[in-house]
Amino acid sequence: MALLEVSNLVVDIPTEDGTVHAVQDVSFTVHEGEFFGIVGESGSGKSVMVQSIMGLVAGARTSGTVDFRGRNLLALDDEAMRSVRGREIGMIFQDPLSSLHPQYTVGWQIVEQIRAHEKISQQAAKARAIELLERVRIPDAAARFDAYPHQFSGGMRQRVMIAMALSLGPALIIADEPTTALDSTVQAQILDLLDEMRREFGATVVMISHDLGVLARVADRVMVMYAGRRMELGESANVLCSPAHPYTAGLLRSSAFNREPGTPLVPIAGRPPSLLAPPSGCAFASRCPDAMSICSERPPLRRYDDGTEVACWLEGEPGEPPAPELPPAVEARSDDPAADASIVRVESLRLAFPQRRGPASVVLDDITLEVRRGETLGLVGESGCGKTTLARAIAGLVAPTAGTVTFDGHELSTLGRREWRSLRRRVQVVFQDPFGSLNPRRRVGSIIGDPFRIHGLASGAERRAEVQELMELVGLNPEHYNRFPSQFSGGQRQRIGIARAIALKPELVILDEPVSALDVSIQAQVLNLLDELQRTLGLTYLFISHDLSVVRHVCDRIAVMEGGRIIELDDADRLYRDPQQPFTKRLLAAAAPEIPRTPARRRLVRAARPREAGPAPVLLPERAIEGARR
Amino acid sequence: MTRFILSRVGFGLLVLFLLSVFVFVLFYVSPSDPARIIAGDKATEELMAQIRVKLGLDQPIYVQYLNFVGNLLRGDIGFSYRSGLPVSDLLYARIPVTMSLVFGAVVLWLAIGIPIGIASAKHPGSLRDRFGQGFAIVGISFPTFVLGMMALFLLYFLPTKAGVTLFPPGGYVPFAQDPLGWAWHLILPWTTLALVVAAVYARLTRGQMLEVLGQDYIRTARAKGLTERRITYTHAFRSAMPPLVTQLGIDIGLMLGGVIVIEQVFGLLGVGSLAVTSVAMQDRPVVIAIVLLGGVFVVVANLVVDLLYAVLDSRVRTAAR
Repeated sequence: MALLEVSNLVVDIPTEDGTVHAVQDVSFTVHEGEFFGIVGESGSGKSVMVQSIMGLVAGARTSGTVDFRGRNLLALDDEAMRSVRGREIGMIFQDPLSSLHPQYTVGWQIVEQIRAHEKISQQAAKARAIELLERVRIPDAAARFDAYPHQFSGGMRQRVMIAMALSLGPALIIADEPTTALDSTVQAQILDLLDEMRREFGATVVMISHDLGVLARVADRVMVMYAGRRMELGESANVLCSPAHPYTAGLLRSSAFNREPGTPLVPIAGRPPSLLAPPSGCAFASRCPDAMSICSERPPLRRYDDGTEVACWLEGEPGEPPAPELPPAVEARSDDPAADASIVRVESLRLAFPQRRGPASVVLDDITLEVRRGETLGLVGESGCGKTTLARAIAGLVAPTAGTVTFDGHELSTLGRREWRSLRRRVQVVFQDPFGSLNPRRRVGSIIGDPFRIHGLASGAERRAEVQELMELVGLNPEHYNRFPSQFSGGQRQRIGIARAIALKPELVILDEPVSALDVSIQAQVLNLLDELQRTLGLTYLFISHDLSVVRHVCDRIAVMEGGRIIELDDADRLYRDPQQPFTKRLLAAAAPEIPRTPARRRLVRAARPREAGPAPVLLPERAIEGARR
Repeated sequence: MTRFILSRVGFGLLVLFLLSVFVFVLFYVSPSDPARIIAGDKATEELMAQIRVKLGLDQPIYVQYLNFVGNLLRGDIGFSYRSGLPVSDLLYARIPVTMSLVFGAVVLWLAIGIPIGIASAKHPGSLRDRFGQGFAIVGISFPTFVLGMMALFLLYFLPTKAGVTLFPPGGYVPFAQDPLGWAWHLILPWTTLALVVAAVYARLTRGQMLEVLGQDYIRTARAKGLTERRITYTHAFRSAMPPLVTQLGIDIGLMLGGVIVIEQVFGLLGVGSLAVTSVAMQDRPVVIAIVLLGGVFVVVANLVVDLLYAVLDSRVRTAAR
């Protein structure tokens, strides 16, 4: 039975730049008791869509209908809508720290929600809140009732959010990227909890995610969105293993979790269209490998007998574009031909910060590691395990408390100023956040040109030429030399960071979560660029990431860190096949979604023209579609 | 927590010490001679030398300073050069006036500024918002004395001329003597001061509220199905408060040291008007006492703000535990 039926939903948001057409004519039905997933990259309109269904987007203009238990949510007045929120539909948001009020205890916040909708006493509400906290397995719930959000870990905070969303036994729970901000093992726990609560409370769950791998693991059915439109909808197993829409297929080809390690990812070329002026035809046509001339018209909705629905002109399976060809690898660079095989050696490294009270906090504990010339060494672990600090110690940005770091035979702690300077050129870092790590007031040309300036290597026209060559190399348009970082997309900004890092032909590049802030299709572009650069420039990479599927894809060897120690280090393949440590096993189990590998066989049931004005869908004769193909 | 308070108190004492040294040095290097001011134009050198010896002005500056500090620690802040009265008596008579003025105005400006700020932030760009913003700009750019003069002209002079006495032109009646008269005499100065300052608070509140209303937890509060009223006050305003408290602490501290313009316009004999006459008369002990008094108010106000922060912010509170 349908619990939520969204028909022809349109969401327009007026902004200073014009109207953002965030959601365009999206329809879907969520059945009672099911786990419904909505997947899309940033800007696909998935969050805006569910939030506007709840009336949470200020200034949004909506049309269409959202039928929930016999009422059209879009037509409800403020008071009626308020009683639906929280009581009948509970919401869970992405970042549980910023989504909980920092100045009130978690118990107070749950009690507040209960008492906003039910006339019960403070004591009864408190008792129910404690019971809820227990059910989402917060240890020592009665005592934690009076704790503030910042006193919980990320996973525990999300449990609190879930408890709060469940507090009035809502029929529908909307979870907007509930696990994105969490570590992978915690992510798995939260997903399991969500699924368990759905069964226990008999609720229906709509979960939004940018990560098909995460969604496919829990959702019964999945809807794929792109540029505010619905692309594909079907059983999650079918969508995942035999995508019917070229966009879904492209997304899967560019996802590291879905590709065999060693095989290059196939990125989706180009960028999503602007939502200020979306194309009138298929939104994906400009990036689609199967695009035809008819794609400039609104695609029909095709229904298959396995329940899959696709908005596409394409008949049959989407094609498989060839994987990008990788250039032949060169030998790893070294200034000294007699240099040994390892470029960095870390011996018994220890880093501790003294604290005012109590013992010093140990961030890195007895770490011994070597980075071999020309390899990609992965450093994985959960947040706070010390992986970034280790990388900073290797780059010489923090001084260790004990132990040594040796770079190409030079021990870092013994170096003088001048030697430091020359060493700096040989070790470079690419940072995680492409938005925060570039100075917004400086032009891209001068950011990339910094290394030349600092080391006094090139100036004036010469520097400009060098920088433009670098921009070309990393796939940026050299004509954009004078632009500011804000004029670039996330992926392009990361290319700027990479160009700056490789400017002086370093030997070791430390990549600190280089793709985790990027969308999947953009991630693949950047990962391929890194691979290409490594081959042509003979670079050595130290690759830090929390995303095991990405690490596995790019790394030769992997070091697993936990609590400031390296607990396991092995070849990537062997580590994945035969992990020794329980923590590694847990990490792997949490990261690898079980993907069914049986392609679906499906038969077209019907293809309907999208509704323009009239209510009745027009059936297209088969031949018309045939003829439309190029 | 105790450690925190002690360090703040220590820092405050250091500030007061530096302030007193600064004022002392300032008077020492200034060209005017207190003896000349006390004795008048026609005084002989002899008489002036006598006066200097009597006041201790013939001593080197560090001796003068040490004497001053020594007296201060005994609770003696000296005598006015001009009237010969103890400075403490002078201040004792003036402080209640300034305090009455400031605290009444605080209540008023908060009652005017904060609601305007909240209403503006709720609907940015709306007519209400533009009206509120306009009020803020007018309030901020209006010189205090012009507003005070206007208030006097419109609410005292014109009605009185027409035969109706709405408000008195100024003056002060102690609260203990006649609470109603106290309030009646202070209404015009209160309103004038409040209108000027409320503008600042309206802008500050609006800015803070706009920022807080964009936070994720406000979206959560909406998703919980709370009433708009509860979202605005219990959730949003609660988080917008700390910067307002900071500003309020600084303002109160500064103003208790004397609200010079308003006191002059309305003929209130407060600390501010005492400061003006004492500076004009080179009444060194009184000026030093007023400066230090102002310093004490600012230091204490800041300490109170820091303590309030711990009360208002769970993160500070739990970290201090």
